[in-house]
Amino acid sequence: MHSKNLTIALAGNPNSGKTTIFNIITGTRQKVGNWPGVTVAKKEGRIHKFGYDLKIIDLPGTYSLTPYSIEEIVARNYVLDEQPDVVVDIIDASNLERSLYLATQLRELDCKVLFALNMADLARTRGMKIDADKLSRLLDVPVVFTVGNKNEGIDVLLKQAIKLAETDAKTHRRRNVKYSKDIEDAITRLQQFIEEKTDGTTPYNIRWTSIKLLEDDKIIKERILQSTNDLGLEILQTTQALRKHLEQRFDDDPQIVMTDERYGFIAGIIKEIQTTSTKQRVDVSRNIDLVLTNRFIGFPIFLFFIWAMFQLTFTLGTYPMDWIDAGVGWLSATLDGLLPDNLFKALLLDGIIAGVGSVIVFLPNILILFFCIALFEDTGYMSRSAFLMDKIMHLIGLHGKSFIPMLMGFGCNVPAIMASRTLESEKDRILTILITPFMSCSAKLPVYIILAGAFFGARAGSVIFAIYFLGIILSIITGRLFRSTLLKGADAPFVMELPPYRVPMLKSLLIHMWDRSKIFLKKMGKVILIGSIIIWALSAFPKNISYTVDYDSKMNELTASYEAELEAADQALKPQIALEKDAALLAVQKARQAEHAEKSFIGRIGKMAAPLFAPLGIDWRGGVALLTGFVAKEIVVSTLGVLHAVGDEDTSEALAKALRSSGMTPLSALSMMVFVLLYLPCLASIAAIRRETGSYKWMSFSIAYSTTVAWIMAFIVYQGGKLLGYA
Amino acid sequence: MRLSEMKEGQSATIVHVGGNGNIRRRILEMGILKGTQVYIEKYAPLRDPLELIVKGYHISLRVEEAAKVEVDNVR
Repeated sequence: MHSKNLTIALAGNPNSGKTTIFNIITGTRQKVGNWPGVTVAKKEGRIHKFGYDLKIIDLPGTYSLTPYSIEEIVARNYVLDEQPDVVVDIIDASNLERSLYLATQLRELDCKVLFALNMADLARTRGMKIDADKLSRLLDVPVVFTVGNKNEGIDVLLKQAIKLAETDAKTHRRRNVKYSKDIEDAITRLQQFIEEKTDGTTPYNIRWTSIKLLEDDKIIKERILQSTNDLGLEILQTTQALRKHLEQRFDDDPQIVMTDERYGFIAGIIKEIQTTSTKQRVDVSRNIDLVLTNRFIGFPIFLFFIWAMFQLTFTLGTYPMDWIDAGVGWLSATLDGLLPDNLFKALLLDGIIAGVGSVIVFLPNILILFFCIALFEDTGYMSRSAFLMDKIMHLIGLHGKSFIPMLMGFGCNVPAIMASRTLESEKDRILTILITPFMSCSAKLPVYIILAGAFFGARAGSVIFAIYFLGIILSIITGRLFRSTLLKGADAPFVMELPPYRVPMLKSLLIHMWDRSKIFLKKMGKVILIGSIIIWALSAFPKNISYTVDYDSKMNELTASYEAELEAADQALKPQIALEKDAALLAVQKARQAEHAEKSFIGRIGKMAAPLFAPLGIDWRGGVALLTGFVAKEIVVSTLGVLHAVGDEDTSEALAKALRSSGMTPLSALSMMVFVLLYLPCLASIAAIRRETGSYKWMSFSIAYSTTVAWIMAFIVYQGGKLLGYA
Repeated sequence: MRLSEMKEGQSATIVHVGGNGNIRRRILEMGILKGTQVYIEKYAPLRDPLELIVKGYHISLRVEEAAKVEVDNVR
């Protein structure tokens, strides 16, 4: 027999332990995606229990159901439109009063609600006693006790949810929030008006719709207009009149009055069901905060944690990175030996494996970083770091929580952009994502080292520091600029809960880490794969290049003449001559590679783009190198090497020499460094931007903006420098 | 007196929450409303934001937001 399907949605405040309960119920059988159209993570899991197929949905954590943040809209729309069989409201028992605010709102919606009083043990240690039976009777809602992190009460919770789903609905309509007489009158009048006009065919429960209209709820207003055509306008007019009346009566906005009255209603319930003993226990969390957010040592400790996270991510991460690198190298070498030389092999080895390999090496970094971030979040330290940093970040128009993503940008932009998920407001998130690429990532460092080393000698360190500093300055300017134009206003209010510190559960940390890393692997994979193939094809084709020199015959000649010399030479001199032969052949090979690169499509594009780079003092070789840097910034150095016919083995010194003799000046080197700092982010970052902003629009904007800024800044540096007399 | 003028370790009763739009609504929804007892736990090292205790839990507000909350009966 087929077992019955039920959908259970979990709602609750942030930090109520909702995600812990979700993890316990579903274990590893979770599917993580995004809610349609927005970048709020959607988690669902399916389990088979008590003869039912249960689909569990983890709604975003919210304090309320008013449509002011995406999370709230997402959660409410899900309950309204998808109509889950049961909504379980996870209530933090030690925070009953505030939690009941969301609970009463859920109660007003037309859905079956079950309350889970979570962390009741914590409430007890704080001297609170809760009369669950009375709560259940007062609100006519089944109530169960759970202790999420100890796996207590979860089965009872599921059983109750199933039982509730199987009972006939619409029985408990009575125990709702009662508002004051004036408001109740307005609700009744609006309700009657709507009933008369529409024969009761509104999309949602009429009392609830009336309440929302009186609260001036934008989304419900729109829905009413959509579903009832001309009648909608009449309804809205009546609403407006009633709102005006209430506003005069209370001398305040009706929605504020109603918020007030809901809390009043809750206060009444609390008085009946909760007894607080007067004896105050020691609050561990407050004691921890005496140290961690202390006026004097709060910052040093914070910096230490960040430093430790950096160290772990980029130092410990290098070991597995080396293994992966070696693995990719081994795979490439093995296939090289196995496959016959043809175009497919070149595509596979130089395009796909090289491209994807260059991104997959970041996986250890990302795993470690997300583990650290999960640790910060699950212990409750994340909100403390935002508390510490908010003043500084607010100057740029950002939220305190933007600090961590921006700082991570110095390591690698990909995890940094993904770390912006911790920000709640979408505008903050987009602004952070737009700014992060200006944090000079570690892949750009080799480029600076080569250029600064070749042209600035002993002052190279200061120059590189100045480049980093320029990135920071530009990110501040960008932040302020966008905050006052594109992403105006709505600098999210810093009304942030500082939840008690908790010991994190390893399972939750691992699930957290893996969820995010999986997204990296899955989504990045596609874009990177396509991008690498394109760049490879551009540099590999066309095949039939008419070389200015016949390299093959030149190599044959060289080989022949060295062979002859070897035959004639003394036994003792032979190794010496063999070495000379290899070097001579290598030089010819490199010259051929350089000419091939020059005449390939990407070389031609570079030459076509030369007029664009000329005002920046960058020659066509620099232009081509910058173009290939699109795949990954490190590649800029190796492309420069190829174009200047310098091999891999003798790298930096030889390249520096070649660069100096190619007519590059310190000023043009500086201009190129500025350009590298600022121009379009690498392929992996772009994929991350696309993913995290959820739109191609912001992705294209980021590319266009950063490249324009790069060009302008490099232009100022080069032309300004020339005007000042530096050549 | 304004909430933002209170010192660390002081308690008071909220008289009025001003401001407008989303921020005001958000502050109210978090339980910072007329008649509620509020305790100033601490100011951040850079004197902004500040940490409060209301209804038994800890919450932070920026000084500019706290300036919109009027309090009385400070002790």
